[in-house]
Amino acid sequence: MNRYRLIGQRLAALAFITALLLNYPLISLFNADRMILGAPVLHVYLFSVWLTFIGLMAFFIERRE
Amino acid sequence: MNLGLISFVALIYIGALFAIAYYGDREAERGRSLINTPYIYALSLTVYCTAWTFYGSVGRAATSGVDFLPIYLGPTIMAALWWFVLRKIIRISKIQHITSIADFIASRYGKSALLGGLVTAMAVLGVIPYISLQLKAVSYSFTLLWHYPNLALPDLDAIPILRDTGFYVALIMAAFAILFGTRHLDATEHHEGLVLAMAFESIVKLLTFLSVGVFVTFTLFRGTGDLFARAAMQPDLRRLFAFDQTPLAYQNWFWLILLSMFATLLLPRQFQMAVVENVNERHIETATWLFPFYLFVINLFVVPIALAGRLLVAGDVSPDMYVLLLPLERSANWLALLAFVGGISAATGMIIVETVALSTMLTNDLMMPLLLHANAFSASRDLSSFMLNLRRGAILLVVFLGYLFFRLTGKTFSMVSIGLISFAAVVQFAPALLGGIYWKGGTRRGALLGLLSGFLVWAYTLPLPLLAQTAGLGDAFIEAGPWGVSWLRPYALFGLTGYEPITHALFWSLLVNASLYLIGSLWSGESALEHRQAALFVDIFRHVGGSEQVQIWRGEASPLDLQTLMQRFLGRSRAEQLLSEYARTRGVTDWRALETDADMIEEVERQLAGVVGAASARVAVASIVTEEPLDITKVIHMLDETSQVVAYSRQLEQKSRELEAATAELREANRRLQELDRLKDEFISTVTHELRTPLTSIRALTEILYYNPDLPAAQRQQFLDIITKEIARLSRLINDVLDFAKLESKAYDWNLKPVNLKMLISDAFDATRQLFLERNITVRMELPDDAPDALTDNDLLMQVILNLLSNAAKFTTDQVTVRLRQEGDFLRVDVIDNGPGVDPAYRETIFEKFSQVPPPDGIRRQGTGLGLPISRAIITQLGGRIWVEGKPGQGATFSFTLPISPFKPSQETSHATT
Amino acid sequence: MPQPESPVPSHPPRVLIVDDEPNIIISIEFLLRQAGYTTQVAHSGEDALRILQQEPPDLVVLDIMLPGMDGFEVCQWIREHSEWNHVKIMMLTAKGRDAEISKGFALGADAYITKPFSTRHFVEEVHRLLTPPAEDRI
Repeated sequence: MNRYRLIGQRLAALAFITALLLNYPLISLFNADRMILGAPVLHVYLFSVWLTFIGLMAFFIERRE
Repeated sequence: MNLGLISFVALIYIGALFAIAYYGDREAERGRSLINTPYIYALSLTVYCTAWTFYGSVGRAATSGVDFLPIYLGPTIMAALWWFVLRKIIRISKIQHITSIADFIASRYGKSALLGGLVTAMAVLGVIPYISLQLKAVSYSFTLLWHYPNLALPDLDAIPILRDTGFYVALIMAAFAILFGTRHLDATEHHEGLVLAMAFESIVKLLTFLSVGVFVTFTLFRGTGDLFARAAMQPDLRRLFAFDQTPLAYQNWFWLILLSMFATLLLPRQFQMAVVENVNERHIETATWLFPFYLFVINLFVVPIALAGRLLVAGDVSPDMYVLLLPLERSANWLALLAFVGGISAATGMIIVETVALSTMLTNDLMMPLLLHANAFSASRDLSSFMLNLRRGAILLVVFLGYLFFRLTGKTFSMVSIGLISFAAVVQFAPALLGGIYWKGGTRRGALLGLLSGFLVWAYTLPLPLLAQTAGLGDAFIEAGPWGVSWLRPYALFGLTGYEPITHALFWSLLVNASLYLIGSLWSGESALEHRQAALFVDIFRHVGGSEQVQIWRGEASPLDLQTLMQRFLGRSRAEQLLSEYARTRGVTDWRALETDADMIEEVERQLAGVVGAASARVAVASIVTEEPLDITKVIHMLDETSQVVAYSRQLEQKSRELEAATAELREANRRLQELDRLKDEFISTVTHELRTPLTSIRALTEILYYNPDLPAAQRQQFLDIITKEIARLSRLINDVLDFAKLESKAYDWNLKPVNLKMLISDAFDATRQLFLERNITVRMELPDDAPDALTDNDLLMQVILNLLSNAAKFTTDQVTVRLRQEGDFLRVDVIDNGPGVDPAYRETIFEKFSQVPPPDGIRRQGTGLGLPISRAIITQLGGRIWVEGKPGQGATFSFTLPISPFKPSQETSHATT
Repeated sequence: MPQPESPVPSHPPRVLIVDDEPNIIISIEFLLRQAGYTTQVAHSGEDALRILQQEPPDLVVLDIMLPGMDGFEVCQWIREHSEWNHVKIMMLTAKGRDAEISKGFALGADAYITKPFSTRHFVEEVHRLLTPPAEDRI
């Protein structure tokens, strides 16, 4: 049960941070007419934050103590 | 493209869907659950991705860039919170037998039928347009594929219903939902086939969309770099690479994320899949990352497809259809067909699950309560098949309402706008639902106020202006406000301007909704039932299995009444089975023997709730529990505080009765213990007394001999004789006491085998021959040779016979007869003497230990007082009987019986003893 | 065994032994006769009362566990009759619990000896009971 609560708290913290990263004002820092890796910087930013978030969730949950 | 081919492929796909669902159900019936894995669970949740995702995201991306993303980012963030929120909702729903989100909210606020009906109505009104959107997508994609390269979308009014693909899709979906969504009466049971088919659909839509994406990005272009570079050269496409530089754009973005966060939890189909169809709470864990990952992957190619469409597709065509058009443009007809199938799978998945969910809500939370209130059912009617048919009817109703909406408005709206309107409708459930599981203070009145006000604001600010536009009165209404009242403009309520309509509506509706929910809750009391449900929901993890509920007793009803009620809704055999199971948990074999109490009524209500929903179950149970026709004032009365108090005191009375019974039992047990203790005490005191008697003689005579060394030799001899005899008596007594204790404690090792009694008696006589010779007694043996063996313990029986023979030798005048004979299944042995006999008054007493029976002739004989009690203990345990007969003065006959051995006479034994 | 001092009365005091154990009777009779008393034997309570009515003894040596009427009842019976006031009662029994001893004295027994008994103590007690108090002697 302890592990359960720990993971839950990590996930909640992660959700909070991600929500911040995906919203104004942080998002505005990447809202520029620039390209990176062959794609608009905003798109690259959103998709990488998204994927990182999913990856971290999977890591927290599936890692067995 | 060839109409026949398109129809053929579509039908093949739908046939496969039916086959998979059938397979899933069949396996489930055989006890093998195919959906009991977190992967199927996670995939089934992606019913979230509908035709809107499949076609609409591209459309939105093509016109406003990354604006399609919040709809998927929101659920991703929400998934992280499932760990707490969804787990709690699932736990509550399992315990309370929740069948839908309407049921959930109604249950939370005191099983309020009114609330359940309101939520149902909101869900149906809010979601029907969404269903129509799916039909529209299928219908348009079909037409497009068929008529390509003619891009003009057909005028709906020109197509008769019977030639409209949307109509047939609606028909097939209704059939599917009826077949696989109403297999069980109990709506809390899992629709295994349905879930399996949805998981299959989610894979199909993902793979087909990815195929188109890969085709577009890597065949039509040289990868994403090339695509973006070419798009960047066109200013109106480059504009899509970033947000508008206005703060309002960010606010729209934020509100859309918030909206979709809640929608993943609150859409009826999401609730159905995530909560009702959940097999195992732990499946949430994997779904938490797998579901967002699916959303991530399916969205990877949205922007490339959108940009490619803008670059390559010429002409005035809805960007929603780029997914189909791009392959068609390059004559990749097979891929277009594949994409079409993907679109169908996205649309059908949504329609099917949404329909099942809505139909459950409609029947359980709207129709049944109304019918029950109207007293529409005769008491004896079996309602189980009626319930199923009602649900089937509701499915047809929902699907065709969707179709009707599509026919009426299909020309006007884009997919995304309709989808968001539905989202905004269900998000109105958020305050009541989330408040309900985390705040005990939320009340029914608060929930009603919040939901109703939120719904009204939603209706006024979103669908109403659209409908007005459809009816041709839109512009004046939107621009100037109703009757020219500018602060009532539906897109700029109270003068709030600059937001997109959806953001504007969300802000106002949620503000009003949440405020009134709070205010209503704080300013109204709650009934005991509400209070209890609130505690159950909020503290769900503190309750183990929900069994320790505060029970509310609501009057009289026999178990038979309850059975009749259950039978009406569940059918005879199921009712019987459930009641029997329940009786077993109460430690009773027959449920008819149960006392109807609050717990039993609870259970019946819970079982019914799985079929008809919590509110209906409550009304139904209340109707028989009060034993009078139900009207709404009665229901309210039942809930009011005074009756609760009465109920509570009655419950207390019952408890104190139980306590009294328990106390009486304890007292009785204690009394018996004391009695046993007393008997044991008596035995010990008797034994010590018996031990002291010979000791007394021994001590007295020894002292006499010691202090009188000059006693005459004859007297010395006499005293020494007595001492010797008394010592022998003492040791005999000790042996007897030990034997007796052993027999009494049942610790004796019985060694049962066939024994030849003739042999045994002869041996016993040989051992006591000296006694008889000394006293010159004639002994007659009447022992037939053909007597069967007895099944007995040789050594113990020997002890009995020795005892009887020595008794006879002590008391008889000059003659003893021993007789053996068969009496039915028993052998009987008589030992007959011609002594003084036994006074009839003492015939039982002499078998009691240390009985003080006066010697018949006044002469006290040597004995321990334990011989006959030991004999009786032995014979009784060997399955026989021992007793004494004979008139006083005419001798005594001691008799005992023993069961005959069922085995053949043992040759071995007879040889051994001969 | 040392001879106790001879009792004062002219004729030797008579002792009634009430017991149902022949071997115990033998030893008690021997001890009493040796001490110079006359003895009589009753095997049951009823026997004892019959003898009492015919010729009351000076002392009754009374067992409690008797067939029929038990020793307590016999004791009570004697004490209920004032004409037997002078008869001394000695309980001689295997029942040695405090409650039983108290009951014996309460019913009017003059001495209570538990079996198995010391012969010397028994004879001293009999002697004490059958010797009149000092004041009476002068």
